[in-house]
Amino acid sequence: MTALSVKVDGVKYSDDVEPRMLLVQYLREKLGKVGTVIGCDTSNCGACTVHLDGKSVKSCSVLAVQADGGEVTTVEGLAKGNELHPVQKAFHQCHALQCGYCTPGMIMQSISLLSENANPTEHEIREGLEGNLCRCTGYQNIVAAVQSAAGEMSGKSLASAGAAPTDETGTLR
Amino acid sequence: MTATLDTAADAPVMEVGKERRRKEDAHLITGRTRWTDNIVLNGMVHLALLRSPYAHAKISSISVAGALDSPGVVGAWTGADFPEQGGLPCAWPITPDMKSPVRLPVAVEAVKFAGEIVAVVAARTKAEAVDALEAIEIDYEPLEVVLDMQAALAEGSTLVHPELGTNQNAVWAFDSAGAGTGGDVVKALADAEADPDQVVVERVFRQQRLIPAFMEPRSTVVDPTSEQITMWSATQIPHVLRVLIALSQGIPEHKLRVIAPDVGGGFGGKLQVTPEEIITLMVARKMNKPVKFTETRSESLLSAHHGRDQIQRLKISARKDGTITGFDVDLLADMGAYLGTVGPGVPILGAFMFNAIYKIPAYRFTCTNVFTNKTLTDAYRGAGRPEATFGVERMMDELAVELGMEPMELRKKNWITHEEFPFTTISGLTYDSGNYEAATAQAMELFDYDGMRAEQLRRRESGDPVQLGIGISTFTEMCGLAPSRLLGSLAYAAGGWESASIRMLPTGGVEVITGATAHGQGHETAWSQIVADQLGVPFENVEVIHGDTQSSPRGMDTYGSRSLVVGGAAIVMASQKVIAKAKIIAAHLMEASEDDIEFASGKFSVKGTDTSMGIGEIAWAAFAAHNLPDGVEANLDSEATFDPENFSYPHGTHLCAMEVDTETGKVEIRSYVCVDDIGVVVNPLIADGQMHGGLAQGIAQALFEEAQYSEDGQLTSGTFVDYLLPSAADLPSFTLGRTVTPATTNPLGAKGVGEAGTIASTPAVVNAVIDAVRHLGVKDVEMPCSPQRVWRAIQDARAGASTAPDAAPVVAGPAEGVLSTGVALGGSE
Repeated sequence: MTALSVKVDGVKYSDDVEPRMLLVQYLREKLGKVGTVIGCDTSNCGACTVHLDGKSVKSCSVLAVQADGGEVTTVEGLAKGNELHPVQKAFHQCHALQCGYCTPGMIMQSISLLSENANPTEHEIREGLEGNLCRCTGYQNIVAAVQSAAGEMSGKSLASAGAAPTDETGTLR
Repeated sequence: MTATLDTAADAPVMEVGKERRRKEDAHLITGRTRWTDNIVLNGMVHLALLRSPYAHAKISSISVAGALDSPGVVGAWTGADFPEQGGLPCAWPITPDMKSPVRLPVAVEAVKFAGEIVAVVAARTKAEAVDALEAIEIDYEPLEVVLDMQAALAEGSTLVHPELGTNQNAVWAFDSAGAGTGGDVVKALADAEADPDQVVVERVFRQQRLIPAFMEPRSTVVDPTSEQITMWSATQIPHVLRVLIALSQGIPEHKLRVIAPDVGGGFGGKLQVTPEEIITLMVARKMNKPVKFTETRSESLLSAHHGRDQIQRLKISARKDGTITGFDVDLLADMGAYLGTVGPGVPILGAFMFNAIYKIPAYRFTCTNVFTNKTLTDAYRGAGRPEATFGVERMMDELAVELGMEPMELRKKNWITHEEFPFTTISGLTYDSGNYEAATAQAMELFDYDGMRAEQLRRRESGDPVQLGIGISTFTEMCGLAPSRLLGSLAYAAGGWESASIRMLPTGGVEVITGATAHGQGHETAWSQIVADQLGVPFENVEVIHGDTQSSPRGMDTYGSRSLVVGGAAIVMASQKVIAKAKIIAAHLMEASEDDIEFASGKFSVKGTDTSMGIGEIAWAAFAAHNLPDGVEANLDSEATFDPENFSYPHGTHLCAMEVDTETGKVEIRSYVCVDDIGVVVNPLIADGQMHGGLAQGIAQALFEEAQYSEDGQLTSGTFVDYLLPSAADLPSFTLGRTVTPATTNPLGAKGVGEAGTIASTPAVVNAVIDAVRHLGVKDVEMPCSPQRVWRAIQDARAGASTAPDAAPVVAGPAEGVLSTGVALGGSE
């Protein structure tokens, strides 16, 4: 067992884990962060994408102990209270999800993409999401959602984007 | 009453047709999900499964003693340790003499495909269970494998199941002469051969094997700690699963509750009673503890059922003016090593679709199902209909070339015109509505068909190394599975109805219970829209309940583009029953004759007066029950079952412009336009989403995906590294159009949309690839049309070699000794 201290979605955790434990297993099995899911075992699908110290990683390809001392954000940590992240809102508004299994990873990767390129072209979005597979949507509405979120977030820093004022598109149900 | 939700007066605008954002999304975009693998119960143990590395072998010895001695292991079993295990059910014995092997959840004596389960370990953690698999000792005696269908049918072939005496599962045939729906195809083709004014075109096409590859790997949790055992499973079919477990495993139906919680896609791939589900159930009963099994992606690709896998021998004849005179269809369909839940019937659905939208005077369909040492095949998005649509739409292009006709003109020459509906086809189905001319005209305009053809000509003439091809698919599909009587005539075990019930809550909310269990389709939103219109209640006041046999006890689940067409119709019927019950109470309370009560927009009004009551008020009055008419029960709840009289027939015209680099073989979709007629659309946003996803899967068959096996029967495309699911970077944006001719066979006028994109797109894409390089001599490119295959086809054509996959002549009718066992009259043997 190896000691691990990590902050996940704003909460500090200290645990002893098997050195072989993957970050995604740690999130799901130790912390109950089951919003992050496993879709494959070869790091192709990206369903498990989270942010580690601000950068997107496939949490099936990172050992839990590699996150020691780091900060992890999962899809569960994006909303500020009831206020969704603009990318979450855009996925809802643009019907960018069907079964929703790829969605946590797709949203995390989209946020990462927009942090590197605030105004991507369709081609850049498609290339930027290449490591995340979706079987339901044909990607068309995912691309539209990223474009829509880019529009909403333009002019705002990513850090403050989650605190954007509520509008109609952010209202669920 | 002021605290109730009765805002019926505010809801006159129709919900059906609105682009409502989905109710389903809130929990999915925030990670508050209920995937089966998320479920953790006290005392739960985890399973790992040992799978055969051999495609065909005898198990000469097996011991789990080492596993039992491993840390954290609480149990380990071989197949022999489960004497209670029943064979997995096949619900579709397509012919009375169909050969059915016994398929045990855990193999006992022999294995028939690589990936078959041979032992089970239960441990405190999944990791400990997986570790312990390595301590299981097992010896195999490898046997010869048979992977090729034609080899499997040849005299003296290795038998997948020696006890069956053959690798031929069944032969199913339809002949229009015998069925009385048309002429004799043998005569029609013979006449055509002898007639200088006719042409005959023969082709052999291969439908490669695909893997459904839903994003959520399958998972099952079983909790046996109460009298009624609860099973959560990542399944499309909780209701069917419960019935089939009861029938096959000796567990009474009332002792089992099945829940499909959030399910991450299915596409037919979760339309299956799986060994893993039965094993989880058996271990839970043995240990009296909750048990979980979740597969890895590799396990999923290896052993969850595959789809397609046919060899199609097609022969079509036509007069020189383009009029089709006969069409003979001869299929080999690979079942793999065992029969799935509906596997044998999947290719048979094609019997009704090879004739497509065309008026064909003589037709025959023969399908031979074959066993091989591969993973079993079963339903995958479209199930039998994509294969048929591919075959006929590829043949239309081939025939057009033979005749020197423009391919769209050939289709127009033969299709059913809009004045001719309802139209009874050569395969015996009656198409209720459609307008192929309208959809085609819109598609050609959106695509700029004439402009594309002109550009194609320019680039051919200039010798552009990147050539342009234009592919057409004018398709229809049979959806809304299915009329129960028709299923009965096809020997399917169950019916095709769907159930709905409505609970009118006293405070104004409405609970809708549907048997059509969703796994990404957006039923909660669409059903809410339907009920909002029917009952005149706000969209937000409707809650849709599904996927649990305890709360939604009756259902036939979701597949075959059936949910809206059949399940939605049941909801309309249940709504009408609520209104009928409420009307009696409304008349009583407003002291009017029932005949004078009108219902509109959620209000019951007395004709000719301004007296009215909202449906919520009536619901409260029924709940309070202080003043009900004598003999009237104290609720407005209702229940309805809808059994369709006919299928529905969505159709559309799909056009693909493909750029093919003749130097490298690289293909790239330049433009994809489709105009689909799916009848009345409840939610255009959701319908378009279904089209996008369907197109992606159909295009993926044309260009990317193939389940491949090595010579010894190993799946070599067993990870997402090797099985090429397209990413966002591999696909274009699609241009969608729509025409609407309402279905006449259900009260919504809907036709279904789940499979349209997949069924239509594959031939459009392949036709486009070939059209780009046909002038170089290429006649066919086997799917998937990878750069290597396209490049090879161009090289072969330039070298003067045939690019057709199989140049063997096809005689009129089944090839002797391989396919023929005679032709039955009237549809089945």
